[in-house]
Amino acid sequence: MSATDPVIIVGAGPAGVSAAGALVEAGQKPILIDEGMFPGGQIFRRAPAPLARSGKDTYGFEATRAHALGEHFAAILPSITYYPETLIWGIEPGTIHLARKDGALRQPWTRLIVAPGAMDRIVPVKGWTGPGVFTIGGAQIALKAQASLIGGEVVFVGSGPLLYLVAYQYARAGARVVAVLEHADPFRHVSAMAGLVAGGRILAKGLYYMAWLRAHGIVVETRAEPTEILRNRNGRVSGVRFLKGTRETTLTCDAVGIGYGLKSETQLADLLGVDFIFDRQHRQWLPKTDADGRSSVKGVYFAGDGLAIRGSEVAEMTGELAARALLADEASAYAPPVSGLRQRVARMDEFRRALDGVFPFPSRMASMSPDDTVICRCEGLTAGSLREAVTTSGECDINRIKAFTRLGMGRCQGRVCAPMAAELIAAQAAVDIAAVGRIRGQAPVKPVPLTALARRTHDQL
Amino acid sequence: MRSRDRTAFSLKRLEIAASAPVEFLVDGRKVTARKGETLLTALNADLGHVRNFEFLEERRSGFCWMGACQDCWLWTSSGERIRACTSLVETNDSLSTSAPEAGA
Repeated sequence: MSATDPVIIVGAGPAGVSAAGALVEAGQKPILIDEGMFPGGQIFRRAPAPLARSGKDTYGFEATRAHALGEHFAAILPSITYYPETLIWGIEPGTIHLARKDGALRQPWTRLIVAPGAMDRIVPVKGWTGPGVFTIGGAQIALKAQASLIGGEVVFVGSGPLLYLVAYQYARAGARVVAVLEHADPFRHVSAMAGLVAGGRILAKGLYYMAWLRAHGIVVETRAEPTEILRNRNGRVSGVRFLKGTRETTLTCDAVGIGYGLKSETQLADLLGVDFIFDRQHRQWLPKTDADGRSSVKGVYFAGDGLAIRGSEVAEMTGELAARALLADEASAYAPPVSGLRQRVARMDEFRRALDGVFPFPSRMASMSPDDTVICRCEGLTAGSLREAVTTSGECDINRIKAFTRLGMGRCQGRVCAPMAAELIAAQAAVDIAAVGRIRGQAPVKPVPLTALARRTHDQL
Repeated sequence: MRSRDRTAFSLKRLEIAASAPVEFLVDGRKVTARKGETLLTALNADLGHVRNFEFLEERRSGFCWMGACQDCWLWTSSGERIRACTSLVETNDSLSTSAPEAGA
């Protein structure tokens, strides 16, 4: 361990690249580790060259920002050590465990900026595990990075801004968007406008997508609760049944995108042993940091959507804040004042809080899910079996329920089922959602092929 | 068996001017994809699914496309497990949708 070890940045999305840029500016030579093939994270996910479309076609209004990130990355690349397609599967004091296609590696660390991003937050509904049902984020990746559409006739189910953006992108790319089924009632929240206005350009874009969909005759149902994703005799998705009030409607489609906002990736934070805090609005346990991203563990900083869901603009700002906090803590290098940045983040926080208020997580719907709904797609665990485990054990801690049911012990280690499971357990045990706790991340945080580990272990990148 | 029910597959490819075809095998069957596609895209376009779920009679087509859900595992002919969503198609690949026998 020495202060001359390079700073390690986890994740090459907007937060990680921005952090790397600030460190390079201060004369450092950080190591940037990312699971993706290209920098940009999921938001600016890039297609392999043979499938590349124009920036405008791929990123729409975000084309300029996507381009800017690419340029920024190219400019700092000679000054950083970049490891794409590299999985961090474990972290111990002083050592990071990595897996790459060509084998396993160990990397010493003393200072870390963790920016692992987020994934879709799912509320399972009967039939959601069938072929043709994908996350909304996944549907967008198919389009951005693979020049493909998840289907020709698509229903988007869920809540939040991404629903409208992806529906718009799909319609523009030639899909028939059968309907957008929104759980919330966004047009009712006039009182939230004051907070939303703080979003400026982001709010304007969201309103544009909504208006575009309506102008093009695409059905946007609000207060819609999906009750079943229907399947044909081959088991493929063939439709969606939903309730609006007491009226049930059935739609025909060949693919479904589903997602109720995003959730932060916090498994590495668990391994690092940082303090967490329960965020009532996100209904998720998140790493606890100060305004600049300092965690409770010395040398460990957080940034981007992996710290809290605030979008890619804030991710860029928090990446820079974390890098400058790290530099300031070492008082070793150039770290200009960050007060202007902090104010911009605070202003965007106001917007995000208002937005979360308009598109709240549908906890009531989640907790009322029928007993036969599959909650864990890894092992087929149902809502009924979770409820039974709560009742027979008298436990409400999600890690105790995990021990009884194997909840969160499957391939994805609870990434997909955790938000829904927490709601079900809280409702069944009649406790506050915070009392349920969180599924503790354990190494390996993602499954590592044994062949990768067996191949060889190097001692450093 | 070979006559394909097109309604069984939902993934639609956008037209890209120049995308060279890549041929590979899945469970001994020839699949054609475009260069730059992941196995997830190729299999969803061709088979309409990626794998059989091990606990129930159900097919799976992956879910998240970003390496998080782990619902798109395949195996190479050498027995190595790979994620379809993060693996690009390679000419002459030979892949299996089921795990090699226990002990492998």
